[in-house]
Amino acid sequence: MKKEPINISRRDFLIQSSTLGAGLSLGLYLPLTGCDNKGEQGAAQISAPDVPEVNAWVVIKPDDTVIIRIARSEMGQGTLTGLAQMVAEELECDWSKVTTEYPTPGQNLARDKVWRSFSTGGSQGIRGSHLYVRKAGAVARHMLVQAAAEQWDVPIGECQAANSVITHTPSGRSTTYGKVAVAAAELFPPELVELKDPKDWRLIGKPIKRLDTDDKLNGKQIFGTDLKLPDMLNAAIKACPVFGGKLKSFDDSKVKKMPGVRKVVEVDGYAVAVVADTWWQAKTALDALPISWDEGANANVSTASIEQMLDAGLTSSDKVFVGNEQGNVKNALRGAVKKIEATYRYPFQHHATMEPMNATARWTKDKCEVWCPTQNGEAALEATAKAAGLPITKCDVYKLHLGGGFGRRGAFHDFVEQAVAIAKQMPGTPIKLLWTREEDMAHGHYHPFTKCKLVGGLDKKGNLTGLHVRISGQSILASVRPQWMKNGVDMITFQGFHAEGDHAISYSVPNLLVDHAMRNPPVPPGFWRGVNINQNAIYMECFIDELAHATGKDPLAFRRQLMAEHPKSLAVLNAVAKKAGWGKPAAKGVHRGLAVVKTFGSHVAACAEVSVNSKGKLKIHRIVAATDPGHAVNPQQIEAQVEGSFVFGLSALLYGECTVKGGAVEQSNFHDYPSMLIKEMPKVDVIVMPSGGFWGGIGEPTIAVAAPAVLNAIFAATGKRIRELPLKTSQPQLV
Amino acid sequence: MARLNINGKVIDVEVDGSTPLLWVLREQLGLTGTKYSCGTGICGACTVHINGEAVRACTIPVSTLDTAQAIVTIEGLSTDNSHPLQQAWKELDVPQCGYCQSGMIMTAAVLLKKKPNPSDSDIDNAVTNICRCGTFNRVRKGIHLAANINKRGRS
Ligand code: FES
Ligand code: FES
Repeated sequence: MKKEPINISRRDFLIQSSTLGAGLSLGLYLPLTGCDNKGEQGAAQISAPDVPEVNAWVVIKPDDTVIIRIARSEMGQGTLTGLAQMVAEELECDWSKVTTEYPTPGQNLARDKVWRSFSTGGSQGIRGSHLYVRKAGAVARHMLVQAAAEQWDVPIGECQAANSVITHTPSGRSTTYGKVAVAAAELFPPELVELKDPKDWRLIGKPIKRLDTDDKLNGKQIFGTDLKLPDMLNAAIKACPVFGGKLKSFDDSKVKKMPGVRKVVEVDGYAVAVVADTWWQAKTALDALPISWDEGANANVSTASIEQMLDAGLTSSDKVFVGNEQGNVKNALRGAVKKIEATYRYPFQHHATMEPMNATARWTKDKCEVWCPTQNGEAALEATAKAAGLPITKCDVYKLHLGGGFGRRGAFHDFVEQAVAIAKQMPGTPIKLLWTREEDMAHGHYHPFTKCKLVGGLDKKGNLTGLHVRISGQSILASVRPQWMKNGVDMITFQGFHAEGDHAISYSVPNLLVDHAMRNPPVPPGFWRGVNINQNAIYMECFIDELAHATGKDPLAFRRQLMAEHPKSLAVLNAVAKKAGWGKPAAKGVHRGLAVVKTFGSHVAACAEVSVNSKGKLKIHRIVAATDPGHAVNPQQIEAQVEGSFVFGLSALLYGECTVKGGAVEQSNFHDYPSMLIKEMPKVDVIVMPSGGFWGGIGEPTIAVAAPAVLNAIFAATGKRIRELPLKTSQPQLV
Repeated sequence: MARLNINGKVIDVEVDGSTPLLWVLREQLGLTGTKYSCGTGICGACTVHINGEAVRACTIPVSTLDTAQAIVTIEGLSTDNSHPLQQAWKELDVPQCGYCQSGMIMTAAVLLKKKPNPSDSDIDNAVTNICRCGTFNRVRKGIHLAANINKRGRS
């Protein structure tokens, strides 16, 4: 078995012992700041334990309760349970005794980031932390076993741990983790630990139940919106609806006397908030408040003006960046016997988390605390410190359970900045800021609007000899993470088209050019579950289908021909084709469509079955979906994520579009930004086929294959190729 | 001032009559299991029971209610997660983020009362709640399972 070096242990030890000032103890008592451990005040946060921690990740109580610390956020995707499974796997503890708690980002900073990344996005929760959390479990196990061995005065090699029980094999003596945890906390962590061979895993790979279900069944789960602190006041906010616009003036004399109103405040020059005893009073007063806006330079921006810009980009050579180039596309297309060309369109989308944006802040000149649902505690802490005007060491963030994230609550903490800005104007009073749904719709960080022109060249045998993919539209990175760009190129734009890596194209095309005309409208873009693979998979997978039909070949056979060098993608494609019965007749009126991609490190494919009746009404009967994530930590949660991702992807396909008029988003609530319902939900057959050897993501990948598989099935059913989304606008008769 | 009948108790609340029931539950009474999401009656996150009907609490001004309306919230469904829907939900790990789930469960509870053995199309018609995490297929399974648990309990 391979010895895994513990990079963290020695350094960790030095930092921790110096933090303590003296002594050899690894057991740290963490200060309880502001938040009760669970209950009234929200999610379980680290509090002063009644026993010292074995290491940063593991606390074991005398009654054998195991507390596993979780740095990433739980927002429904099941990462909390998956991470605990991985620690527990190596810890060899009794799973029925496992509970979890969140360290705060402030505690993480104070301990030199012992818990590493808090960022929960990019389907990284499991795959980005599996090695160090498994090591953390293994280190803790080693220390517990060593403590028992020392108590018995026997060689550690004669002792074994299983299910929280340590046994000295030769003598048959045994003890439990709870009995030796205090002694274990005094020990040095080992320099090296062995991680288990995957074939010996007993928790990883098992369809274990989630740890966080009970409170979601009876209303006890505290979300950000539910937080209640002593003497807390509530705030409702309105920011200038036009992107980039400013607050000109407001007349608070009209609302000051309304019931419960405490204060009307300006927020950072672009918004105004009413603070009242209850949120309903704050919102009622805000609705009555006369406000005038300085709409600024974007007041004339519209969907049409943006689309014009994108259309020009489809054929321009200005500000064009190359994402992948193989061979010589120009020559290949010139020499092609047949050329196929198509242009697709994918509109702005909104995250529309069920829980609107919110945060609670308490500011004094010495300290600022924030309670909020966030996908990235560290980023929330940075936003807090900046808005508070205080050193980061005087701030902390207590993470609350998220009512959905989907990318909205990771890179952006505008709601935190606002809550702090309001709280700063009422020192010492906790202020809970909650956005209305309308405010939430108006101030999203939208999935970019892009268009794509594809030109494919075929030889006389129908082989694809050249392919030019021109994407025109907004770069997320240019706006959100310019520091991640290389030579002006936003590689995330090319998800699914990369030459290699987590988002590599699944086909071998001898002459390929994928380029991006960067056209950045003044609409704030953001990472939206799946990010750019959503539209890129539609562009590529629908166009491949077009090419197959142009050559008269079966879409499965046509794809297979191009996938010889991509065996793992081919395997998931074959799996869905087999399970769906591709090539065999479907039920009367039912037609099939395929899609396959590699994204977020996983290989995924889907086969959709749809019918379209004589009135043009679409029914999606079933989607068969296969995922090869390398290692599958919790297959039943993968199944839940696949089904859920289809609701997200299909809602976008059927209904999702934010349009812009007068520099503002026109949609305001679920009546004009609908989300699909249970009656529209197809049966989903999930195939989880981990092939081992790598760690791919789960939360996002399959979202990308739902829409193209359905669109290809619609073509098979109707002979009509839909290239503009959503279906409700391009083909109203279809829904 | 309103006098309400909530989870079997009569409670007096000091509140403006135009306030929606949702906000009285959440802010005056601390019953935060009932959620705000759309505020316009579309999403179902705020679903409660009034005299046995599933009702969207964000659309009901509290002035229209008195003690003749028996209101049940998620907190009043059971005290110990023993309602068949809660059992089924637990068995199938239905919730993802959980934000819509109070509303889902309260909607399904009325359906099961009216139709102890609902068909898929009964479910399609009754459950019009939005779930952005996409728990629909497990919600459907959960309702069928709860119907079975009920049946077992009766026989
Ligand atoms: S909050 Fe009441 S229906 Fe959405
Ligand atoms: S479980 Fe998250 S919205 Fe339904």
